[in-house]
Amino acid sequence: MITLFENIGAYFILLSRVFKKPDNYKLIFKQTIHEMVSLGIGSLGLIAIISVFMGAVVTIQTATNMNNPLLPGYLVGFATRESFILELAPTVMSLILAGKIGSNVASEIGTMRISDQIDALEIMGVNSASYLVFPKIIASLIFIPIIVIYSMALGIIGGLVVSMYFDGMTLNDYILGIRFDFKMFSITYALIKSVFFAFIITSIPSYFGYYVKGGALEIGKASTKSVVYSSIIILIINYLLTQMLLV
Amino acid sequence: MIEVKNLYKSFGDNHVLQDISVSFEPGKINLIIGGSGSGKSVLTKCMVGLHEIDSGSILYDGKEFTTMNFKQKKKIRKDIGMLFQASALFDSLTVEENVLFPLEMYTKQTKKEMLERVNFCLDRVNLENANKLYPAELSGGMKKRVGIARAIALNPKYLFCDEPNSGLDPFTGIVIDQLIQEITKEYNMTTIVITHDMNSVMETGENIMFLYQGKNWWQGDNHEIVKADNKELSEFVFASKIMKQFRNA
Repeated sequence: MITLFENIGAYFILLSRVFKKPDNYKLIFKQTIHEMVSLGIGSLGLIAIISVFMGAVVTIQTATNMNNPLLPGYLVGFATRESFILELAPTVMSLILAGKIGSNVASEIGTMRISDQIDALEIMGVNSASYLVFPKIIASLIFIPIIVIYSMALGIIGGLVVSMYFDGMTLNDYILGIRFDFKMFSITYALIKSVFFAFIITSIPSYFGYYVKGGALEIGKASTKSVVYSSIIILIINYLLTQMLLV
Repeated sequence: MIEVKNLYKSFGDNHVLQDISVSFEPGKINLIIGGSGSGKSVLTKCMVGLHEIDSGSILYDGKEFTTMNFKQKKKIRKDIGMLFQASALFDSLTVEENVLFPLEMYTKQTKKEMLERVNFCLDRVNLENANKLYPAELSGGMKKRVGIARAIALNPKYLFCDEPNSGLDPFTGIVIDQLIQEITKEYNMTTIVITHDMNSVMETGENIMFLYQGKNWWQGDNHEIVKADNKELSEFVFASKIMKQFRNA
């Protein structure tokens, strides 16, 4: 229990260093662009594949479970849209990104720690926490909501493609469904969630990487821990935000 | 000049440094030697502010370092260059970008001026045509040279080198030692070198401090070390058979 509180304390101390006035805005900007390319654009392919297939599967599963003639055909499109916008794109994609980006961030910063690169920055008088972590957080805060929108679109397209060939439904029904009773707040809700998740996805792995001690084995452990903790915290925050925003 | 006075540092019950007092002079190669776990690296990390000390004082040209605030420490740190044992080059940056980094961070020079300085530093360490290579593409000796080039980019007053020739072949090790020696004289820097290498001790040691069990056990130069009447020092320096033969001769 003490270790847990120590970790929470150390995490917030790290954050206080991360959000101190940067030493050089130009370098931080350059680093943020670099992180957007590396963390954001590098994840687009994976998110595209997962979203399209998930959209297709959700559509088929919904269609096969709603083959009652009393249920309107457009419900399949409606269900796919709602599940993607409300949960699959913001939460499930964030969990996937917590694995991909989180392990990347923890191992990158952890390697810098054990190979003295962080000490080298400190000796140069650079606030290493701010220089290394701040650009990652900013890049993810900008890029992850974009990825979430991109995932929503591709998921719905995945369902649309399936609706053209699947016997139990029609394309027109699917299109009617994805347009039926659309509330803009659903998108806002998803984006609010994605901003919180973006912060978790980068700050928690940064913490585990920044304070790693030992060698390659410890980097591996830090990387695993960062993914586990990020995922758990994403799920808890997801519940709390849903309770606050939707209920 | 760097002065350390009555410095103590512990990690829990492990008293790593006890009552260390020593002066490191400019324009000289100041060596810190000692066995593994004797506290050499901890002493250096205390001096550059990577570890908080328990008590004592560290003075940079008469200014107390330990009580300085973050901004004052930052100002001193701009005058410190450090060469790490594993070079600590930034993996994601090229050689040129590594040396450019402190210049971009702290100077308001134009890109052209900064690149001129980078090329000057790389030429100074005899490293040409390596600007666009990444650290992973360099040999151990080349990494050390880039580390030195980065350390001298801002014309530091103080240079710390943590085992600069570890992992290098004897010839490259001597080249690196000579380079550090030349740079120290050229810029009148206060250079502090941690080493295990007896070649370096004999070749470059103008002011040698021997750490034993966290204490400043012996101090002298490379001529005195051979004749020193100190059991622990002799066991360290003349550990090998060939060195014992050299002493007896």
